[in-house]
Amino acid sequence: MSDPLTAAVLAWLLAAVDQSLTLAAVDQSPALALQGGLGGVGEVVFGVLLWALDQWYWLMDWAYYSTGLEMLDPRYRYMHRALLVGLCVGVMAPLIGTFLVHRQLALIGDALAHTAFAGVAVGLFLNAVIDLGVSPYLTAVVVAMIAALFIELISETTDAYNDVSMAIVLSTGFALGTTLISLNAGGLAVGVNQYLFGNLSTVSPQSAGILLVLFVVIVGTVAVTRNQLLYVTFDETAAAVSGIPVNWYNRVMVMLTAMVVVGAMQIMGVILVAAMLVVPVAGATQVSRSFTESLVVSVVLAELAVLLGIGVAYYGGVTAGGVIVLIAVGIYVCAVAIGKLQSARGERETSEMGGIETDGADGGIGTGGDRP
Amino acid sequence: MSANDADRATVTGSTERETATAVSEAEGPIVDLSGVTFGYTATPVVEDVSLAVESGEYVAVVGPNGSGKSTLMRLMLGLLGPDTGTARLFGEDAAGFNDGERVGYVAQRATAAEDMPITVREVVKMGRFPYLGVDRLTDGALADEFAADPVNTARRTANVVTGRLTADDWEIVDDALATVGMSAFADRRIGRLSGGQRQRVFIARALAGEADLLVLDEPTVGVDAESVDAFYDLLGALNEAGITVVLIEHDLGAVAEHADRVVCLNREVYFDGPTDEFVESDALARAFGTEARFLTRGGE
Repeated sequence: MSDPLTAAVLAWLLAAVDQSLTLAAVDQSPALALQGGLGGVGEVVFGVLLWALDQWYWLMDWAYYSTGLEMLDPRYRYMHRALLVGLCVGVMAPLIGTFLVHRQLALIGDALAHTAFAGVAVGLFLNAVIDLGVSPYLTAVVVAMIAALFIELISETTDAYNDVSMAIVLSTGFALGTTLISLNAGGLAVGVNQYLFGNLSTVSPQSAGILLVLFVVIVGTVAVTRNQLLYVTFDETAAAVSGIPVNWYNRVMVMLTAMVVVGAMQIMGVILVAAMLVVPVAGATQVSRSFTESLVVSVVLAELAVLLGIGVAYYGGVTAGGVIVLIAVGIYVCAVAIGKLQSARGERETSEMGGIETDGADGGIGTGGDRP
Repeated sequence: MSANDADRATVTGSTERETATAVSEAEGPIVDLSGVTFGYTATPVVEDVSLAVESGEYVAVVGPNGSGKSTLMRLMLGLLGPDTGTARLFGEDAAGFNDGERVGYVAQRATAAEDMPITVREVVKMGRFPYLGVDRLTDGALADEFAADPVNTARRTANVVTGRLTADDWEIVDDALATVGMSAFADRRIGRLSGGQRQRVFIARALAGEADLLVLDEPTVGVDAESVDAFYDLLGALNEAGITVVLIEHDLGAVAEHADRVVCLNREVYFDGPTDEFVESDALARAFGTEARFLTRGGE
């Protein structure tokens, strides 16, 4: 690939790294906070993320000057970050949710969100006790992923996704979280609310950076493994027969779910995060004919809910997570109505065509009458 | 699609399959169970079962409910490992079998099919998935091809990694749809089809994978009588085109009409031989523990 394209990509990468290092040197405080968690490589990665964030701020400033929307005012950087997080969540939650809903695993998101809360508690606890300086979202990712693997291993050994095991993991996670937090501060500490209910104004550059990494990992993994994930979702036995390592892809799926949950937790909160995995997908299922279409529609519905929700939360002074879910449910109800209309119309057309069954004979060798 | 197109698709399929058949003859039986015993608990569900299916055969496995038919099928496919005995598929150990695309599997009904928004073409496309995906890169075949034809192999590798179907893949998908007579429904949501049409789509998925062996687990449960006939005609035509068929079936009439060979199972094998001998034998009464009769579609 010794063409101008390669040269351009290389030049862009070099420029990005160069600029990110400069930015990291200027804005030391969040970079330092994350270093503990990510180590040496983290410096470069986080630098790139800060650079990306800077480009986002620039875009939002431009949007502000074009539209004059108050919530995009350059003074409110937290709103810019909240919008970025919201937009990313609006893509990755329904992306993963589509596979979960059709496997009838809608509640796994809820179970993992509660274990992620335990992860947050572990992070806060370690920071208080040994001054680790790691983001609670990072420990949440680790704990939720371990819990995800645990649920998957239980299902593999018992040969079924067991709602009892999921309920146990859910309660254990939440119990561990509350215990650790009360140990930490001699009672449920201030600041837990942001993890439980989400908060637009607490999206720091650091946690926005973590979310961007999760976003890239999740979207990249789904892009590469989408065929296998679809096959396993649609017909697990046939997928296993055709040589797809089903257990391996199931593990990938639950780990991605854990990542989405932690990413979305920042604005949705532990309690409402599962709704983003399920509600837009349920709406898309009503109106879509193909799987690809349902993926696209669910992302569009989720983005609509997120953007409207953040807007209403800002101007109405209410919790974003709750508003986003209420709007998503409103959209779902509309989708159900549209879906009913569509299928009523489809049935009428079918009966006008004289039924599906008789159309099957289009000359294939399967139609007895056409065989020699 | 015209009848000529259908013939062409069948002929192309059979030419390719002649090569596959030649290979599998060198490998021995396609399915080879030898002294297989398996139980989910201490009580075996299948006991000391030996069964060999040669290339091109049309074998039906019958038996009463709970006789171990589906378990036997899972053992054949390597989804379960036998407690004792050996299970081989295309000459390889069934559990470690690597060429999954050579086997097409059609279940009683796919669990997610009803509600999932997915079109017929998207389902048939899945037959090509074993040829794509990152795990395909580790099987070494691409490395060998790379030495011979680096440019095309690089292009194919890119497709394999990104999971994109090539024009050739899509042609195979469309041929498979035409072969089962479902081209006109390619863009319909599968949940909107009748039971019989849905099963034909699953056969098309197996054909898209260019399967040499078709394993069907009671495929006509919940399918209306007229569609059942068309379904078995399709299966017979595919068998004539060289595909080996193993059919797990509760409908004894269908078995008597269509299969060449019957294996009657109730934990152990009660009968294994040509269908007409089975119809005459008392194996059915012994296996079912009661008098059972063959009812064909004509009521004979």
